[in-house]
Amino acid sequence: MSDAPAPAIELVAISKSFGPVQANKDVSLSVAAGSIHGIVGENGAGKSTLMSILYGFYEADSGEIRVGGKPVSIRSSADAIAAGIGMVHQHFMLVEPLSVVENVVLGAEGGARLKAGISQARTELARLAQDYGLVIDPDAIVGELSVGLQQRVEILKALYRGAEILILDEPTAVLTPPEADQLFALLRALKAQGKTVILITHKLREIMDATDTVSVMRRGEMIAHVRTAETSPAALAEAMVGRRVLLRVEKAPRQRGRPVLEVAGLSVRDERGVERLSEASLTLHEGEIVGIAGVAGNGQSELLEVLAGLMQPSRGVIRLGGAILNAGDRTPSRLRRLGLMHIPEDRQRMGLVTAFPAAENTILGYHRDPSFGRGPLLSPSRIVAHALAGIEAYDVRPADPTLKTAKFSGGNQQKLVLAREIERAPKVLLVGQPTRGVDIGAIEFIHRRLIALRDAGVAILLVSVELDEVMALSDRILAMCGGRITGERQAETADEKDIGLLMAGVGEAA
Amino acid sequence: MSAAPIELPRWADIALVPLISVAASLLVAGLVVIGIGENPLLATTLLLKGALGSVEGLSFTLYYATNFIFTGLAVAVAFHAGLFNIGGEGQASVAGIVLTFACLGLAPLPGFLLVPLAILAAAAGGALYAFVPGWLQATRGSHVVITTIMFNFIAANLSVYLLVEVMRKPGSMQPESAEFARHAILTPMHILLAPLGLKLPDTPLNSAFLLALAALFAVWLLIYRSRLGYEIRTVGANPRAAAYAGISPAQITMIAMAISGALAGGLAVNEVMGVQHRLTLDFTAGYGFVGIAVALMGRGHPAGVGLAALLFGVLYQGGTELSFDQPKITRDMVVVIGGVIILFAGALEGLFRRFTAAGLALARKG
Amino acid sequence: MEWVQTIAVILDSAIRLSVPLLCAAMAGLWSERAGVVDIGLEGKMLIAAFASAVVAFSTGSAWAGLGAGILASVLLALVHGFAAITWRGNQIVSGVAINMLAAGLTVILGNAWYGQGGRTPPLEGAARFPDLTLPLAATLRDVPVLGRLYEEAISGHAAPAYLAFLAVLVTAYVLKHTRFGLRLRAVGENPAAVDTAGISVAWLRYGAVIICGALCGLGGTYLAVSQSAGFLPHMIAGKGFIALAAVIFANWRPWPVLGACLLFGVFDAVAIRLQGVIVPGLGQVPVQAIQALPYVLTVILLAGFIGKAVPPRASGLPYVKER
Repeated sequence: MSDAPAPAIELVAISKSFGPVQANKDVSLSVAAGSIHGIVGENGAGKSTLMSILYGFYEADSGEIRVGGKPVSIRSSADAIAAGIGMVHQHFMLVEPLSVVENVVLGAEGGARLKAGISQARTELARLAQDYGLVIDPDAIVGELSVGLQQRVEILKALYRGAEILILDEPTAVLTPPEADQLFALLRALKAQGKTVILITHKLREIMDATDTVSVMRRGEMIAHVRTAETSPAALAEAMVGRRVLLRVEKAPRQRGRPVLEVAGLSVRDERGVERLSEASLTLHEGEIVGIAGVAGNGQSELLEVLAGLMQPSRGVIRLGGAILNAGDRTPSRLRRLGLMHIPEDRQRMGLVTAFPAAENTILGYHRDPSFGRGPLLSPSRIVAHALAGIEAYDVRPADPTLKTAKFSGGNQQKLVLAREIERAPKVLLVGQPTRGVDIGAIEFIHRRLIALRDAGVAILLVSVELDEVMALSDRILAMCGGRITGERQAETADEKDIGLLMAGVGEAA
Repeated sequence: MSAAPIELPRWADIALVPLISVAASLLVAGLVVIGIGENPLLATTLLLKGALGSVEGLSFTLYYATNFIFTGLAVAVAFHAGLFNIGGEGQASVAGIVLTFACLGLAPLPGFLLVPLAILAAAAGGALYAFVPGWLQATRGSHVVITTIMFNFIAANLSVYLLVEVMRKPGSMQPESAEFARHAILTPMHILLAPLGLKLPDTPLNSAFLLALAALFAVWLLIYRSRLGYEIRTVGANPRAAAYAGISPAQITMIAMAISGALAGGLAVNEVMGVQHRLTLDFTAGYGFVGIAVALMGRGHPAGVGLAALLFGVLYQGGTELSFDQPKITRDMVVVIGGVIILFAGALEGLFRRFTAAGLALARKG
Repeated sequence: MEWVQTIAVILDSAIRLSVPLLCAAMAGLWSERAGVVDIGLEGKMLIAAFASAVVAFSTGSAWAGLGAGILASVLLALVHGFAAITWRGNQIVSGVAINMLAAGLTVILGNAWYGQGGRTPPLEGAARFPDLTLPLAATLRDVPVLGRLYEEAISGHAAPAYLAFLAVLVTAYVLKHTRFGLRLRAVGENPAAVDTAGISVAWLRYGAVIICGALCGLGGTYLAVSQSAGFLPHMIAGKGFIALAAVIFANWRPWPVLGACLLFGVFDAVAIRLQGVIVPGLGQVPVQAIQALPYVLTVILLAGFIGKAVPPRASGLPYVKER
């Protein structure tokens, strides 16, 4: 027996696959009791899967979990709770019409009748309020609370169940900056009381501010474990993004033409009224690719959707070919007619109807085009001929336009979308995550197509969470963080670390 | 149990799963027959003979099938837009009322004008009565399912009121409208085909059957061959992709509901204009609900709907004949079979897909 | 005091008419608060009415009839639960199926067993629930207004009617003050929250579905063994759907559901009383207009033109574990 106290939690060689996708590969992690540990990584790096395993949502294919040095079997949320693990999910697990105290006791009622449990919870809530400054009205209806207070209820739920280890999944994604500051103060207070906190985030500034130690995940693997005091945002950004096979795309010097898309002071609010895009301004010229670099969830999606007419701006002006787009112009079908095409970020949820045969997806958005039929009717033979042309030009496999779209691989699905949008001779092309979930061969193909399009004079706005891709394809790079454009660099002279800092919001002030 | 959808070969998806669920439903019906002490094999023989064994039986079968084609198509069109229209009964009732007003009110017109106008009036009545729930869902967020259920009962009360207080034939005690003029009805099939030298028995089968066949073709054209149908299917399969493609889901919801209601109106055309020649109470007789079974069994495809409608026509007509021979087995057996088919092919589809997949795997091994 | 008598009689008849609505509406409330939409209330009441009439007739005991009615209805409810919870099927489709199944099966079996077009033989004596006279009804009858109302309207109903009112009380208490009730309210709003709290979503929902079946059984039995003297084909006649309307109308809350059912009962009682009566100044009021009122009001309410009906957020959605 060594004298060092056992780690609060230890993961040993955890692996988990979903079909052919390995979400966690031999992941090990050790978190000291009474510390705040950060886990960073890009979207899809496997952080959430790991935490779901820890909380009993999934069972690992192999590996071991130890709590306080003892191996535990966690097969359900109830097991995790019993082991002293509490979780604050990114999407709160709250019952909105119920009161705070009812939410807190749910699952830990302490008897068939509620009265005793509720009054005990009231006492306990009062104590927690005193210990941690977690003040909240126990009778408030949760749905009427602010997001910050709702998160507080989630934390109280975990503490009420006696959690010693608290996992927070992207806790600041929905918080305002002052709310986030309050949260971090609370986490420090928890630490002072000996609780262990695991903070999952992709915001490097938070890691630097709040954690003692940090682990970096990339593509399902643990890449690094470091003490926060001994690292820097730039080093973390580099570890997150990784030194992949360096993408080098051959491209001629750009022939920059006239400005075609001009955006000034564009802001977007989501349905809850939170500003997702703030005062974005940019200009896109003919014959150039402007890449948006940023960690997912920093306003890039909203930028694409508002430009494509899928969201309406709360402020700002968009000019296409010099003319201001009014509300009537900002609809997807009108924008298509004006020459603005859109390859959406999520091809399965937006870019394609996966239940349709491939051929029918090659006319999505253009199904009113007279060339696809006569009058109100569509001509299957013409649609198939059109689809076959696209399938051949983009080397879609299998070359079967009658096959259900869901049965194509990710790369071939993406080629179908690409063929559809590019072959309509766009003036402006919005491209979201062009190679997400796409195999290497298809990536190269897609990159070459985009370059060819740029050389032909099309203005392209590229959004990608793959920094390599943005660096390799773009002529200019804009970095985004927190809904703002935090800086601009010319691609030839851009430095990956420098961009990483802008993405983390650490560089120059916006 | 995994939540992942069970992947099946296309032919199994289209044919095998529905066939297995229908077979299982008939098996359940057989058990009921045994349960009341009758012989299911004898019953089946009598049923098939009654439905298909004579020209007269066949004519009745096709007459019933006409109703199921219309109500099945109505449900199917809404399904394609991701909507569940349970309001076929109410829509047909309103169509029947409008139709009756047209047939009686426009009686001075010659038949070649009056008949198409009356059919259009029925379609418009059904369409309007379905459009309103669609409009409420698209603009006010109230769900089509609940609204159409409520609309069924509102229509039923309206029918009673109108037939008792307003449209009742003077001097009659029955809640029925006056009889339509001879030129304001659809031609019975035995008269229609007589010039061709075909001698058919006098049955309720009338030219509405041809209209139903035309509707099958028209719906196929609409759903699978038209730009509007493309939009309907897109909204039903992926509303976000629809928005991306510049299609308004709200607009499509209203249009699809209206088309669905117009098709339900076909039930009124067949029953009121083709058979009864007057408006009667409860002429919808549950056909609207069986339409749900027809649409589920036919997997929303007009060819499938046609076949399923034929099956239910056989069950209805055969069941009627059967109940003469074996009074214990009433035609309500068809309602049971309809219910079980809806359960098996609809609500328990996952279970039957699992059965089918397991069976196929076993067949491949063995 | 003629008007007191009139009101007492209307109220008495309204209570009688609202009892089956109340049972079915409470049933629907249980199911929907747990997140399982049930448009098969009608079918379950129908099968219960049939089963209770059959058993009450063959045993001569109304209480045995009640047991059979509840059992049959719970079995049908379990079919719905199996489709909706275990197989995550479409709950509307399943409800439609159950309604048709019950409509067909009751007539076939009734016809096969008794040969009276689906009717069951008339129930007599102990095979029917007698009307109970509440304590002091006779003593208090001379108290002005209230005494008369007590004797005419409140007293003199059959046992299942009082059970139905008791069900409202119990439902309200259990939902608000017990662990089961809290979990049930939670599972209808956010099953993921219940799941992450370590509670089984499926078992909770099955529990709710079984209670729903039992209450439909009570309602169906009341119709066949108390209000009528036997089963008639299609005797529920849409009451299951009016009950659904009452649940929506009352925003899925027990005491307002009682209010809505009584209101709809009053509509019905007034409609029956006004049949063929010429009201001075109005002429003849169309009875059907009053009968359609529950449906019309529900449509208007759902569309948010007056107030807003907010169903439990997870109702109708099968729970699929994600992430």
